Amino acid sequence: MSILLELDGVTLALGGREVLHDVSFRVQRGETKVILGASGSGKSTILKLILGLIRPDRGSIRINGRDITQLDERELQHCCREHMAMVFQNAALFDSLTVRENVGYRLRERGTRSGDEIEKIVEESLRFVGLDDVLEKMPAELSGGMRKRVGIARALASGAEVILYDEPTAGLDPINTCLITRLILKLKAQHVTQIVVTHDLETADSVAESILMIQRGRVIFEGTSQEMKQSHDQEVRFFIDPGCRFDHEHEATVLPRPVIPP
Amino acid sequence: MVAPTVAFRETVIGAVLIVQEFTLLCIQAIAGIAASRRYIPEITLQIERVGVGSLFIVILTGLFTGMVLTLQGAIQLEPYGATIYVSRLVSTSVVRELGPVLAALMIAGRVGTGIASELASMQVTEQIDAMRAEGTDPILKLVTTRLIACVLMIPILTILADGVAMVGGWLIATVTLSIDSYFYWTWALEALLPRDLVLGLLKPVVFGFLIAMVGCYAGLRTTGGTVGVGLSTTQSMVSSSILVLGADFLLTKLSMVWS
Repeated sequence: MSILLELDGVTLALGGREVLHDVSFRVQRGETKVILGASGSGKSTILKLILGLIRPDRGSIRINGRDITQLDERELQHCCREHMAMVFQNAALFDSLTVRENVGYRLRERGTRSGDEIEKIVEESLRFVGLDDVLEKMPAELSGGMRKRVGIARALASGAEVILYDEPTAGLDPINTCLITRLILKLKAQHVTQIVVTHDLETADSVAESILMIQRGRVIFEGTSQEMKQSHDQEVRFFIDPGCRFDHEHEATVLPRPVIPP
Repeated sequence: MVAPTVAFRETVIGAVLIVQEFTLLCIQAIAGIAASRRYIPEITLQIERVGVGSLFIVILTGLFTGMVLTLQGAIQLEPYGATIYVSRLVSTSVVRELGPVLAALMIAGRVGTGIASELASMQVTEQIDAMRAEGTDPILKLVTTRLIACVLMIPILTILADGVAMVGGWLIATVTLSIDSYFYWTWALEALLPRDLVLGLLKPVVFGFLIAMVGCYAGLRTTGGTVGVGLSTTQSMVSSSILVLGADFLLTKLSMVWS
């Protein structure tokens, strides 16, 4: 497998705070890589850097061997975003458009396909995510899980080589989490390159071919799920098992009772 | 505690940065006009929102302005026995100043804040990022289209406001002041000079530009969730109102120098 994406020594500060420090990793073509870490560790920022939505202060981001950090918006569009699609944390569907229009958005913007072709692709993509009956609904009428699945359908319809997911299962019930995980696995079986940002160990374990663990903007682990579980690194171990056990008797005596006004 | 000199320096740098960003956004929006043909449906939608949507408040603003101006003008002219000339005062005040400024302020409140809150909501829900990720230039699709709609529609709405204000003045002049319609309209139209008409049409073009750009700028630089959306909307209203009044003064002064 060839290298599709390579981050080398990427450092970024936002609002005077260092969000990422010397982050380096590679993604092979057809690989499903999970970026795992606690909330606020800088995982989602990596996805925005890969799409060129923000620029790093230092380091390089190579896509198909080309450094995208110095490209302008038009060049970014041609050499980077054209080949990628992102499923945002809250799906980021366009509120003013129907599900049909949202899913076919990129194809219409490109203007290279006929209306019938676009309709066919939109319907196929929505069928793939099990939502072919919501074509005319507005995003506001959908549940959180449905919105994320429409987000995945939008990514699929675009025909992107690489799909980036920002917390695809965050805030979802177990059934919807399972549905999204299955979709990622279906695409993994089709050798679509995927980068999944999550803090959910179970999702990471289910879909990852390799895992990159980020803590306070630094890479603390890179390897397979099995290697992560066997790691002796303290920070990795703490993330896997923070030791949050609830001792009812102890908590009852130590924790102050809430004050309820009369 | 931050030293006053440091705080002052940071405020100045912040203000310069805002001016720089705003200017850059204006340049990018204007540069996109040639390429905006592909977004004609979006421009049409915005024209409908700005134009048809603001029709009612602009008509009411014009009507009441004309009526009040006639009543107040008549009180001032009565001691000189010049009540019959009240329409001269109404037409020149409305066409030169009140029509463009009041219409612009009402539209800033309705359209400018609408633009700011819509774009701010899109910003905080990552829809702008999604748009960029999908390969769309948000400035072309969101800013240029709104700019074109405002610059086209605000002059038309102002002409309408001017006309309705003069009709409002005519109603009061004929019903309350018993001025003959012939004299009202003759003096009203005679008082208007070509430069008044040019200035009365140039001002709304400039105001339309300012309202659209301030609304878009406030919306696009929103941070901080729903609180940020509220702040951007308020900021858009305050900034565009001040800029409209400032630009009005500047244009009036320039026209005087010119003439």
